[in-house]
Amino acid sequence: MDWQLVFAILPQVVMDGLVLGFMYALIALGYTMVYGVLELINFAHSEIFMVGAFVGVEVLLLLKAGGILDPLNPFLILILIVLAGMAVSGILAVVVERVAYRPLRGAPRLIPLISAIGVSFFLQDAVRLGVSLWRNAFYLTYPSFAVFNKRIELGETVDFSVKSILVVAASLLMLFALQFLVTRTKLGKAIRAVAEDQPTASLMGINVNRMISLTFLIGGAMGGAAGVLFGVQYNTINPFTGFIPGIKAFTAAVLGGIGNIPGAMVGGLVLGLLEAFAASYLSLFTGGAFGAEYKDIFAFSILILILIFRPRGLLGEVVRERA
Amino acid sequence: MSERSGRPVVVNLLVLGLIGGSAALVWVVPRSILAFMLFQASLVVVYYAPLSFRAKMAYAALGLGLLMPVLGTHNGYYMEVAIQVGIFVALALGLNIVVGLAGLLDLGYVAFYAVGAYLWAVFGSPQAGKFISATFVTFPLAPGWFFVFLVLGIAVAAVTGVLLGLPVLRLRGDYLAIVTLGFGEVIRVLANNLDKPWNITNGPKGITPIERPPLFFEPALRAVGIEASPFTLYPLYFYFLILGIVVVVILVNQRLEHSHVGRAWEAIREDEVAAQAMGVPLVRMKLLAFAAGASFAGIMGVMFSAKQLFINPESFTFLESIGVLAMVILGGMGSIPGAIIGASVVTILNLQVLKGISLWLNDLRNAGIEIFGYNLANLPSQFEPAKYERMVFGIILILMMIYRPEGIIPARRRRLERFDRGHEERPAP
Repeated sequence: MDWQLVFAILPQVVMDGLVLGFMYALIALGYTMVYGVLELINFAHSEIFMVGAFVGVEVLLLLKAGGILDPLNPFLILILIVLAGMAVSGILAVVVERVAYRPLRGAPRLIPLISAIGVSFFLQDAVRLGVSLWRNAFYLTYPSFAVFNKRIELGETVDFSVKSILVVAASLLMLFALQFLVTRTKLGKAIRAVAEDQPTASLMGINVNRMISLTFLIGGAMGGAAGVLFGVQYNTINPFTGFIPGIKAFTAAVLGGIGNIPGAMVGGLVLGLLEAFAASYLSLFTGGAFGAEYKDIFAFSILILILIFRPRGLLGEVVRERA
Repeated sequence: MSERSGRPVVVNLLVLGLIGGSAALVWVVPRSILAFMLFQASLVVVYYAPLSFRAKMAYAALGLGLLMPVLGTHNGYYMEVAIQVGIFVALALGLNIVVGLAGLLDLGYVAFYAVGAYLWAVFGSPQAGKFISATFVTFPLAPGWFFVFLVLGIAVAAVTGVLLGLPVLRLRGDYLAIVTLGFGEVIRVLANNLDKPWNITNGPKGITPIERPPLFFEPALRAVGIEASPFTLYPLYFYFLILGIVVVVILVNQRLEHSHVGRAWEAIREDEVAAQAMGVPLVRMKLLAFAAGASFAGIMGVMFSAKQLFINPESFTFLESIGVLAMVILGGMGSIPGAIIGASVVTILNLQVLKGISLWLNDLRNAGIEIFGYNLANLPSQFEPAKYERMVFGIILILMMIYRPEGIIPARRRRLERFDRGHEERPAP
């Protein structure tokens, strides 16, 4: 065992894990907020995320075609595409709720879940159809910016790219904004009231439907932002990009305790770090027998273990089973 | 029932005419998909026609046992469609036990199918020799072992189902769905990566050639003077094997549904807590549902790998699991005729209709026909309806959930419930 190598790459692994973890945390928020108010696993959330990534790349490609990509400040462009992705994904999430979930409210639990799976599949192919008709290809690549790809060297084996720092910063900013919105504003209080008890919230003069739409809007916007950041970080996207990050983010939400907003953030970070460790060290520790390709199995095994031993997650509260 | 409903002779003649006529039409124009669909529709008519059970069985036997093989030999593609329909009917019936009867949403069902398929693929091809060095057996095993593996496939898949079920069945419904999804992905990732440190699955390259079952009846055929090449014999052979398995699966399903086990499953589906209070052993019944559903997938997996001669992990994706789920939901959860019709409709839609439209569009594109001033030659080559099965599955799932959650042919109990529900108010959201 080459312990020197293990320690030499450690900071790099932690950084990769943090980037991944914040990405998961942003997506996990969408799952956890919707679960909080509707007790529904919004299976289509991974596609909301994917649509955000596509909006980002489309805006960039359109700017590029218009010849105004290079003159603009790259940081301004980043803000622009994140906002665009948030807007489109947020609205899409609201529309999905209106069309596919609202008519099913009050039905047995599995019914809206199946509808959500349908929405997920439909969106994958709808995006693929739209993008292929429009660009005649559905694997799109984000144009790269020299500023973002610049690497900051810290010692011999460790370097961070500017964009990974941007991803972390943007995620932190959004997580704090959301936490503020939910815990410190009247709107946030209304959302929490709906999550707690819908009929009572409605008696207190809260428009439940509007609050549910708002939850989808916020969750979708976070997912869209995560999509754009994902594209900026990992460059190539396709209509099926969302599936694996979506499942991982759901795992993160469960890990942190589903329905719990700080829990989603913690769960995302823990899962991202664990996965980065697995990807880098698994082959090192098993003498090359099992490589990085087993990291997905690793993540799913964690999900199963948590659900068995601590089904309410790390920060989850105890909820009684209602018959 | 038929005796009371008027003129059985007329009905019999009409049904017979429809089956015979459409079959004749397929024979005359073997390349017309519409003719073949008419033939398929005539079999559905048999189900709905006001005839006695015995008469229906006779017509089904005529259509599936005699006409279909003849037509399938005439146009090999139709035989392929029929075989695929058979495979998916068995899968849908298996998933129907888990989802429809016991109410456990399994999103990784295709994993059990993969277990069966890889079981025969590994031992029925030279693949097993790469990690087992035994002197007393050589791989591939003799083709006759196929029949042993059909049984082994059932057993191994059922054991896998129990192993998966043991830790996760305590979970609530929607968590269970995600865990089974994860399990499906785990099986796929394993199939993709277990080419090292020991080469068990040969990784993404897949396994080939896989042995087919022996043509043990060939000498007998030759003795009665029928000379047929393996090229025509194998599709027929697989068709009848699968038809036989499907019939057995249907019988088993029916017996299970009406047994105390089936009632226990339905009780669990409707209300777990109440079922437990009534003395239903929850864990044992859920495990049994998982094992029973998995075993159908296991036997069809063995069948599939023998038929395909080649398998790789691409055949066992999440898309397949959702496809089977869409079949069960389209037909009607918990309903055996529903699962059959759902599997047939979805498979035919995928294999025939969408593919037909794709071919047609291709022709139009090549001919450069203009519609409303738009030259179809400009249609992007990416656009092929046959590749959009996800969209089809998605639309089926959403629309069925919103407008007809009980499916095309609802389970009898659901039908009765629906009849009752008119008096009740919908529960407040």
